[in-house]
Amino acid sequence: MKDTDIKRLLYTHSLCIFSIILSIFIPSFFLENFSILETHLTWLCICSVFVTAVNLVLYLVVKPNASSKRSSLSFKVTRFVKCCVYFLMSCFTFHVIFVLYGAPLIELVLETFLFAVTLSTFTTVPCLCLLGPNIKAWLRVFSRNGVTSVWENSLQITTISSFVGAWLGAFPIPLDWERPWQVWPISCTLGATFGYVAGLFISPLWIYWNRKQLTYKNN
Amino acid sequence: MRLGSGTFAACCVVVEVLGVVLFLRGFFPAPVRSSSSSKHQAEPPAPEPSAGASSNWTKLPPPLFSKVVIVLIDALRDDFVFGSKGVKFMPYTTYLVEKGASHSFVAEAKPPTVTMPRIKALMTGSVPGFIDVVMNLNSPALLEDNVITQAKAAGKRIISYGDETWVKLFPKHFVEYDGTTSFFVSDYTEVDENVTRHLDKVLKRGDWDVLILHYLGLDHIGHVSGPSSPLIGRKLSEMDGVLMKIHTALLSEERETLLPSLLVLCGDHGMSETGGHGASSTEEVSTPLLLVSSAFERKPGDIRHPKHVQQTDLAATLAIGLGLPIPKNSVGHLLFPAIEGKPMREQLRFLHLNTVQLTKLLQENVPSYEKEPGFEQFKISERLHGNWIRLYLEENNSEVLFNLGTKVRRQYLDALKTLSLSLSRQVAQYDVYSMVVGTVVVLEVLTLLLLSIPQALSSKAELEVPLLSPVFSLLFYLTFLVLSAVHVIVCTSTESSCYLCSLSWLTAGGVMVLVSALLCAVVSALTKVLVRGKLLSKNAAHSNSRWSELDLLILLGTLGHVLSLGASSFIEEEHQTWYFLVSTLCLALCHDIYRNYLPGDDCEPQRCLHVEGGFDGATPALQDKNTSSAVLELNRGCKSPSSLGTLRGYEKWMVLASPWVILTCCRLLRSLNQTGVQWAHRPDLGHWLTRGILEARFVYVFVLGILFTGTKDLLKSQVVAAGFTVKTVGLWELYSGFVLLAALLLRPHNLPVLVLSLLIQTLMAKFVWKPLRHDVAKVTVMHYWFGQAFFYFQGNSNNIATVDISAGFVGLDTYVEIPAIFLTAFATYAGPVLWASHLVSFLSSEASSSSALSHAGFCYALIGSFPVSAYIILVTSLRYHLFIWSVFSPKLLYEGMHLLITAAVCVFFTAMDQTNTKS
Repeated sequence: MKDTDIKRLLYTHSLCIFSIILSIFIPSFFLENFSILETHLTWLCICSVFVTAVNLVLYLVVKPNASSKRSSLSFKVTRFVKCCVYFLMSCFTFHVIFVLYGAPLIELVLETFLFAVTLSTFTTVPCLCLLGPNIKAWLRVFSRNGVTSVWENSLQITTISSFVGAWLGAFPIPLDWERPWQVWPISCTLGATFGYVAGLFISPLWIYWNRKQLTYKNN
Repeated sequence: MRLGSGTFAACCVVVEVLGVVLFLRGFFPAPVRSSSSSKHQAEPPAPEPSAGASSNWTKLPPPLFSKVVIVLIDALRDDFVFGSKGVKFMPYTTYLVEKGASHSFVAEAKPPTVTMPRIKALMTGSVPGFIDVVMNLNSPALLEDNVITQAKAAGKRIISYGDETWVKLFPKHFVEYDGTTSFFVSDYTEVDENVTRHLDKVLKRGDWDVLILHYLGLDHIGHVSGPSSPLIGRKLSEMDGVLMKIHTALLSEERETLLPSLLVLCGDHGMSETGGHGASSTEEVSTPLLLVSSAFERKPGDIRHPKHVQQTDLAATLAIGLGLPIPKNSVGHLLFPAIEGKPMREQLRFLHLNTVQLTKLLQENVPSYEKEPGFEQFKISERLHGNWIRLYLEENNSEVLFNLGTKVRRQYLDALKTLSLSLSRQVAQYDVYSMVVGTVVVLEVLTLLLLSIPQALSSKAELEVPLLSPVFSLLFYLTFLVLSAVHVIVCTSTESSCYLCSLSWLTAGGVMVLVSALLCAVVSALTKVLVRGKLLSKNAAHSNSRWSELDLLILLGTLGHVLSLGASSFIEEEHQTWYFLVSTLCLALCHDIYRNYLPGDDCEPQRCLHVEGGFDGATPALQDKNTSSAVLELNRGCKSPSSLGTLRGYEKWMVLASPWVILTCCRLLRSLNQTGVQWAHRPDLGHWLTRGILEARFVYVFVLGILFTGTKDLLKSQVVAAGFTVKTVGLWELYSGFVLLAALLLRPHNLPVLVLSLLIQTLMAKFVWKPLRHDVAKVTVMHYWFGQAFFYFQGNSNNIATVDISAGFVGLDTYVEIPAIFLTAFATYAGPVLWASHLVSFLSSEASSSSALSHAGFCYALIGSFPVSAYIILVTSLRYHLFIWSVFSPKLLYEGMHLLITAAVCVFFTAMDQTNTKS
């Protein structure tokens, strides 16, 4: 059970990584002058869309969590609407946090917000896919020893690594190297992306490595 | 001997302060200064010495040159002119060097080999010390006596083209100028075109006396592509053309005037093999110095090996050449070849002027100047000179006169050399010996603190300090002997002066005793820790308390901050580091709080969120409301408690919201002082207070009253043992006295900082630390972090220029030194001091255990001394960095001051702790 889960985890994660790589290369076929640094906002949008789409598709195909009992259409619709509301809310929360961290309040609003959207895509979207709009489950997953499956464990790792990546991404901003990627929020978005990719990459390996020690309540 | 950990920490920090002071003394050697340098009064020039018969030549000698052109080529290395490159690319200059009427030298620049200090050295003849920068509070204008100012005062018309550093250093000195900036390093053509385009016009016009041209292009090429780049050759040819143009123009003009003119070609610093500069390698310090004038004799024969002189010698030579008094602080000596062609009487007169100036400087800077060999030589040569003058006035036999004159001249030259050498030795280098001793002391203290963590933070808060055993141990005596031997060897062998050697033997011995005693203490602590570690591993009793996220953050934050001090940009933007850390701290606290108070916590099952089913469609509205209000802001959080009803619920919401309130406050404060200008003109209470002297004194009375009652309560609690509450009240009164003083001293627009600081302190104390029961160490570190952040919220930075000196004048009619220093220091460090005193008051009123205060003192000492120790090592290794003066040195001073404040705080902690234990 566990080994197959880990294998599936690996495949899904490699798909996610692949989608991010695609989001770097595909747009240059359709858009002129596309590059990550110069048309950064476009790339952010495309990357978020790609990652969201892949996550949704994977969720529908793999169905990692046990399907809920009720599956009426109205329930699904409310659930979907709730998910959207949660996503937007997380975007705004991230935006507020960035401003509290010192991002400019009025200038560069679009940039800051798109960074919030990207970070939400890396963190909130997988959470919504896996756990649904259920704050209680979220809190359980992100508190210590609250993980109940391989999927949740990997979710924890990728989310935290995205956050840490974004956090570390702020470090080069004050340096006087005068590089194009030091402009707000490019270094942070790149940091978040690297963190996310690293999380995707590391989590299956880490889980595989520690599969003996990890015991989940449900398994 | 048993010591409380607070006392121990206080002692350690005090010793550490000594170490840092020693380091600073070595790092910033006292500059050689003439005491009258501040007043620019023209002293009468020294009259010609005479024995018996009076000489009537008391005025300054007339100028030797009518016009002086200084061509300064940035980063011109000596081999670019005298080496194979010079022969290849600078044919005209080579011709001048080899066959023309010129004198060529290799001028040695002193580190830091950076443009601004080098220009200062060229024009003042002094070796500028960092202390100058501090004294001038970063005002860019050069206030010291220098050739340019003297020339301006003598009515010379000066023109400057080139690097705008000149315009900044000498504002209003030039009748005409055009500054070029060295900001665009990749531009190496425009920057020089902008200088050369003026040349034709200016050379034709001829209504000037001094022309200064500073070419930056070569330096830019060096920075971009290094000294072996093909661009260098092209640039050198261009410069050769410029020189030829100037020289021919000067020659054609000379025919009309009586006096010859002087063309000086020099470089401010050299270029390392990678193209940079700033350090002290031979390539960086060797610059060519070429004096060209028709007054000089043509000397046939090639000069492959020019004489080595100091860069500072140019100032004296220029002053003599222009007929100006030699700058007072100049340590250089006249370049004798420049005056060789003059009659003997004039030569001797010039040499005498220079010697008198140097001797005066020596008298003012060296207490035992009479023993200096240079001084004796000066006396002898002056006497001989007097005799010569008498003979000369008596019109004696010319043969005798000439022979005696040569002898006097030789005496003078020797005296000059000795004097100049002993003066420049005073400032020349970093005093590495003192720096090393200081660093060793600091590091030993830090190791001692680190090693005693487990003991000091135990519940007893006491630790065994073996004082007697090290004093009698063999190791102690051995180290002491070795150190004394090293001291003797260093002091007898070293050429440059060092501070420790100039101390009396007793004091130096005291330092050695301190170093070796500390070493023994470290060794004994180390063995103790090792033994204990073995015992622990035998017992195999792992305490499986994992590090919480907060611990991890605190540790990583401290380490990260220390590491960030190695980069100049991070020092310049240190406030960003602290804001970032504090924001992260708030988020971590938030996480901590939510984990404790939101569902999932089993000890509070009555929580409303817990009741809801996750998938229940009926309650999502309420759930959303709750979470968003908890996550977003205070306002909604305040509305929702009505649904919770109880007061307890209200408190809970306050707890949940307080990190966000604090974050918002920090964000507001951060924008307050970034754009501090727009708030400054608002009239408010603080404005009124800073203006009036009477009102300020009124407030002083109150502050003193509050401080007095506070101290009285404290003393009462100590003497009468009246109980716990009196002491706490006394502490809080002290705290409010500090707050009031800060309110008086801070600039009006900074009062919001104070208000929000009080708000944050209250929120943190009431809703974060108390309910979450953080341990003392964490609370201390958080106080420290917030104190640092508030240091920057106040508008401070790591630049000396932001120190608000006006605070020192509040309530004083005139400048009174001691209160002014105290008030300025308090106003600058108001944030850290307020947070520290809040920590004391908070802990003493809330403390669960009696050892809280001494734990806090220990932690404060440790976290305060960690960055200083690391920074000292960083700065030592970066002492030849390009920004050592502009960025690292001010930060070093700030760190030293901060350590002093930390020491004061630790002593305060200990005093409080003592009263505590007594009562």
